[in-house]
Amino acid sequence: MSPLLTVKNLRKSYVRGGGVLANEGKSQRFVAVDDVSFEVAQGETFAIVGESGCGKTTLARMILRLIEPDQGAVLFGGSDLLKLSGAELRAQRRQMQMIFQDPFASLDPRMRVGEIVAEPLTIHEARLSKADRMARGAEMLRRVGLDEGALRRYPHEFSGGQRQRIGIARALILRPKLVVADEPVSALDVSVGAQVLLLLKELQREFQLTYLFISHSLPVVTQLASHIAVMRGGKLIETGPVERVLRQPSHAYTRDLLAAVPEIPQASQV
Amino acid sequence: MTPSINHRRKSCGDARCCDYDLDVSDLLRIGHLTVQLATAAGWVTPVNDVSLRLAPGETLGLVGESGSGKTMLSLALMGLLPPGGKVGGEIWLGSDGTARGNQKKEEPNAETQRIAEAEERNLVGLREEEWRGVRGREIAMIFQEPMTSLNPVMRIGAQIEEAILAHEPKIGGDALQLRLLTAMEHAALPEPETRAQQFPHQLSGGLRQRAMIAMALAPKPRLLIADEPTTALDVTVQKQILELLDRLRRELELALLLITHDLGVVAKVADRVAVMYAGRIVEEGPVRKVLTFPQHPYTQGLLAASPTLEKRALKPIPGSVPQLTDLPAGCAFAPRCSFRRGECDKAVPEFRQPEPDHGARCVLI
Repeated sequence: MSPLLTVKNLRKSYVRGGGVLANEGKSQRFVAVDDVSFEVAQGETFAIVGESGCGKTTLARMILRLIEPDQGAVLFGGSDLLKLSGAELRAQRRQMQMIFQDPFASLDPRMRVGEIVAEPLTIHEARLSKADRMARGAEMLRRVGLDEGALRRYPHEFSGGQRQRIGIARALILRPKLVVADEPVSALDVSVGAQVLLLLKELQREFQLTYLFISHSLPVVTQLASHIAVMRGGKLIETGPVERVLRQPSHAYTRDLLAAVPEIPQASQV
Repeated sequence: MTPSINHRRKSCGDARCCDYDLDVSDLLRIGHLTVQLATAAGWVTPVNDVSLRLAPGETLGLVGESGSGKTMLSLALMGLLPPGGKVGGEIWLGSDGTARGNQKKEEPNAETQRIAEAEERNLVGLREEEWRGVRGREIAMIFQEPMTSLNPVMRIGAQIEEAILAHEPKIGGDALQLRLLTAMEHAALPEPETRAQQFPHQLSGGLRQRAMIAMALAPKPRLLIADEPTTALDVTVQKQILELLDRLRRELELALLLITHDLGVVAKVADRVAVMYAGRIVEEGPVRKVLTFPQHPYTQGLLAASPTLEKRALKPIPGSVPQLTDLPAGCAFAPRCSFRRGECDKAVPEFRQPEPDHGARCVLI
């Protein structure tokens, strides 16, 4: 079976020390993502793990073409996203949605939850009536564990965990094939983060979703991922099935990362 | 064994607060500490009847989720509560090393007892001028995000010197320089002479946290409060900072109060752990016992919800952390608890200790 997503030799560099005061002659280019290639199969969870500044968020955003890569290719459903424009790009984009880290910054505080969740429909299914959009929104909210009353309320009335559920509902309302989740639980309390991880797992089964899961946390990634790619300095230094990477890491940096995770002693029973 | 200390307040029968048989050597004893704050929605109690103790050279982990009151507790220990906050209960800060050292093993004699009594102070009710001799000098604190705690337009060395001069204004040039370098060496800041001349933005997150630690330790405090000191750092840097704190605790005989939401961090460095929920300590005991044989359903729930490197079925705790303005009459965890029964909703459970060093606030015990 051909992969859902193929990333080939993706690269992005920025000018270091740029800005209005920069001395053009002296500026250097800083490579944020350096020749990254991988494939994600339909229905799997592919995790990209790395420390801050490793380029994982830049990589995720290039795949959605929220950042334009310098070079490379992103093959999704048979076409190269980087070569598309206009209507063709929009048609592919509805198949790929994003869940963000900060549930406080990623929801417009002046929009009602119903408008937030249904907003993708106004772009991609413009012919739907408002009543139909709200009905779809209510259905999606129920599916992520919020009741219909949420439609008419504002984001500030919800806790962090509930807001993340709203963000998930918004991402799934178009029934995308690929969901890019950038640190979806790192802003949440442990007890609530586990709820969101379980919800993501359930939704994956129900809607046959493929996840590209970006995180700094190996323990979090372990819970969902089928494959892990470890990123450092813009490069993928190790990629493999989750069990293999955790049990037999081949790269020294992966071993360092694993060794740095503070482990909780496990009770013999419970 | 030590009635001379006990007589100053009425005994409440709570072993963590009033049983001094074991802990004459404690540096910090918090008894029934309560903090109340006025909010738009009325008075809330972010710290409610908290009793804890901490000895020199010991690390106590304080674990809780957002809104549990762990940061308010630490601010109360520093006398830094928001204006209008009300504090009840006691915070006894012990005498310094002279009285402490020889009391550890042997029976305290009249002399050491007298010193301990003379120098032990209740921080609750101190006036602002008195706080200045305690805050930073005897109790220091480091925070989650070193970038927001450091002054961006001041060189690192000058900021550390400022911390020393605040408490010892007469210290001279050479002595000051020596103290600066010692503090930076304690914090294991590489190339201290160079770093002292740099500004915070020139340092990485890990080095900035080391600079904060140097600043906190420069006035030679005996108690260090670390509030989520590694939450903003990468795991590999977190490991180094935790190892540094642990070494400093040992070498300087610091009492370390480590506030965190991460049970893994607690497991790595703490001797004992106190779990806080909705303003109260719901469980306290030695780290290994609490993490492997948790007594309180909340602690059990946190452990079951914490991701580890094992792929396993995570069990989230249903619901969310309660608002302090809207706490139930009984146990605050009851609405999320799978063992809830009638009596849970009637009154807040007592703190019970089935073992002398391990207890919890739950009717099941």
